[in-house]
Amino acid sequence: MNQTIDFQVVDNIIEELGCKPSAIIGILQGIQEHYRYLPKEVFPYLAKRLGISEARIYSVATFYENFSLEPKGKFVIKICDGTACHVRKSIPILEKLREELGLSENKKTTDDLGFTVETVSCLGACGLAPVLTVNDKVYPAMTVDKVSELLKNLREEM
Amino acid sequence: MGNKEYMIIDGIPVEINGEKNLLELIRKVGIKLPTFCYHSELSVYGACRMCMVETERGSLEAACSTPPRAGMEIKTNTERLRKYRKNILELLLANHCRDCTTCNNNGKCKLQDLAMRFNIQNVRFPNTAAEPKVDDSSPSITRDTNKCILCGDCVRMCNEIQNVGAIDFAHRGSKMTISTSFDAPIAQSPCVGCGQCAVVCPTGAIVVKDNTAEVWKALDDKNTKVTVQIAPAVRVGLGKELGLSDGENAMGKIVAALRRMGFDEIYDTSTGADLTVLEESNELLKRLEEGKQDMPLFTSCCPAWVRYCEKNYPELLPHVSTCRSPMQMFAAIIKEESKNSSRKAVHVAVMPCTAKKFEATRDEFKVNGIPNVDYVITTQELIQMIKESGIVFSELEPESIDMPFGTMTGAGVIFGVTGGVTEAVLRRIASDKSNTGLMSIAYKGVRGMEGVKETTIMYGDREVRIAIVSGLKNASDLIERIKEGEHYDFVEVMACPGGCINGGGQPFVPYEARVMRGKGLYSADKLCNIKRSEENPLMMSLYNGILKGRVHELLHVEYASKNQEG
Repeated sequence: MNQTIDFQVVDNIIEELGCKPSAIIGILQGIQEHYRYLPKEVFPYLAKRLGISEARIYSVATFYENFSLEPKGKFVIKICDGTACHVRKSIPILEKLREELGLSENKKTTDDLGFTVETVSCLGACGLAPVLTVNDKVYPAMTVDKVSELLKNLREEM
Repeated sequence: MGNKEYMIIDGIPVEINGEKNLLELIRKVGIKLPTFCYHSELSVYGACRMCMVETERGSLEAACSTPPRAGMEIKTNTERLRKYRKNILELLLANHCRDCTTCNNNGKCKLQDLAMRFNIQNVRFPNTAAEPKVDDSSPSITRDTNKCILCGDCVRMCNEIQNVGAIDFAHRGSKMTISTSFDAPIAQSPCVGCGQCAVVCPTGAIVVKDNTAEVWKALDDKNTKVTVQIAPAVRVGLGKELGLSDGENAMGKIVAALRRMGFDEIYDTSTGADLTVLEESNELLKRLEEGKQDMPLFTSCCPAWVRYCEKNYPELLPHVSTCRSPMQMFAAIIKEESKNSSRKAVHVAVMPCTAKKFEATRDEFKVNGIPNVDYVITTQELIQMIKESGIVFSELEPESIDMPFGTMTGAGVIFGVTGGVTEAVLRRIASDKSNTGLMSIAYKGVRGMEGVKETTIMYGDREVRIAIVSGLKNASDLIERIKEGEHYDFVEVMACPGGCINGGGQPFVPYEARVMRGKGLYSADKLCNIKRSEENPLMMSLYNGILKGRVHELLHVEYASKNQEG
């Protein structure tokens, strides 16, 4: 996981949000937006710039579910498992996705960094249930059968 | 009643006298309210809920985070509170290792202590404790995160008092742990090994690394000559655990105990401190005479401070004294002397300090790959060894240390308390060598348990500005001030608040007892017939003997390998 970090990108984010400890969440969000995860290498740099310990930044980064310390796949698939989607059978869709991609609850990203599969509690699109998103594009009224086709299309895009 | 404000605690009217919280007031009236997460010197966390009290309206408040109000009525021991406290303890024990008999913290554990106090005889929940997750990468401390109760004392100590920031909370909810960044081994973190986290840890989650087995083994080997040096702070730190009073000087008894255990030669690190005084004051005088104005001379006795400086302020290293710590100066000489023996030489140091364990492993202090100090044991480990050997400590007849290195001075003894190094150096460089001159140094603001002390003395016609700090947060604040242009000539830094008497290897005691430890050292100084290091007759013979032409080699050091783990 030795990613070369463009510290200019990090610097720009820090400059925009202010070089102060209280801006840490925003800064981490900015970095995650750029890299799709929080690379380990930015932690010492941030600690030095903001004057807080690496352990504390790690504390913040692990507290929020939204931050990822693992690199995410090119396609991040989020399956909604809110009440409406759940009763309309979102779990079989999740299981099908995991089966086809060789993933599990603990292993969320494929080794080739192609796909990440995770669940969300509600996407706020209950009328379209069961719903999933691929990199923020919404796929409504999903079924187990549609999963294979979706993955086939995505693989072609890669 | 005038302007005085009162409140009622368990039916007794109590005067409110500026206490920060109910807990302080309750403890002042002699009620031992239980806590896990409260330490007066740290910020209030209010997580353990053991200090809950019931108000007159029947509501429950955490005493640690509620200020006292005039007219308030509280109860500290009701059926409801007892039930809640038991419940909390049962829940903590439900996922805590209960193998107390084989725990390193057996007998010193607050969880064990409170479970006993609240008569927990049955835990209604199944035990879900995970297997031990031990990190023994550091030579100073050993961590087992699965014995952690998440009180956060270590985190606040590491961040607020020491400004090290090696550990913090990580993850959330049931997955929360205390962790280094990315759960790296503690030796790869910014940890400096000061051991203050182990001092405040209520359970066996952070303990001092145990080296007693190695020492026992050396003592048992007839072909090994085991020499030992005892640091100043140790003599005032172990009394309470062994049936003496807080701060009582137990040096004579320690010597007697060590001799019975089989140590061949027993010395006092204060002698090493005398060497440090001579070398360090020479360094200071040279600086003053050269008129170097830019940066102060920082002391180098404290290994946790040296490590902190290496990790956080490498640019300051050229201004840190090149003197080895008293332990290392003395060890170099003792090892040199032991060369004459036909037996294998092992040197043990009894220290109040966990960072010394790391210092002993540093390459700078090895000769042909063999460390000058083979093993460092802390005061806690010494207590353990004394108990193990069955010696009734309180009944021991005091004995004196050995020759040829058995003379020391009062200047060396006070190294164990914050301000001591400075006072010893001032005794050396002061032109007024009279008794009143000696006494006046003591009143120049070098004594006392404050974290930051400043004083100015005259050297010739020059004003010498001195700062004394203990606690690494105080040190880093001072360094920032110096960087902004404030001028000092000499800065004494001790990593542990109050100096070595409160080191990470000392048994944990409340604040009042810590003050007694300091007093104990100052009265030991008073009892010494020699007060100044340069008057120690041994110094002359050392400089004309072993040290001849080798002062730099044996007494000084240049910290080169900054990237060693530890």
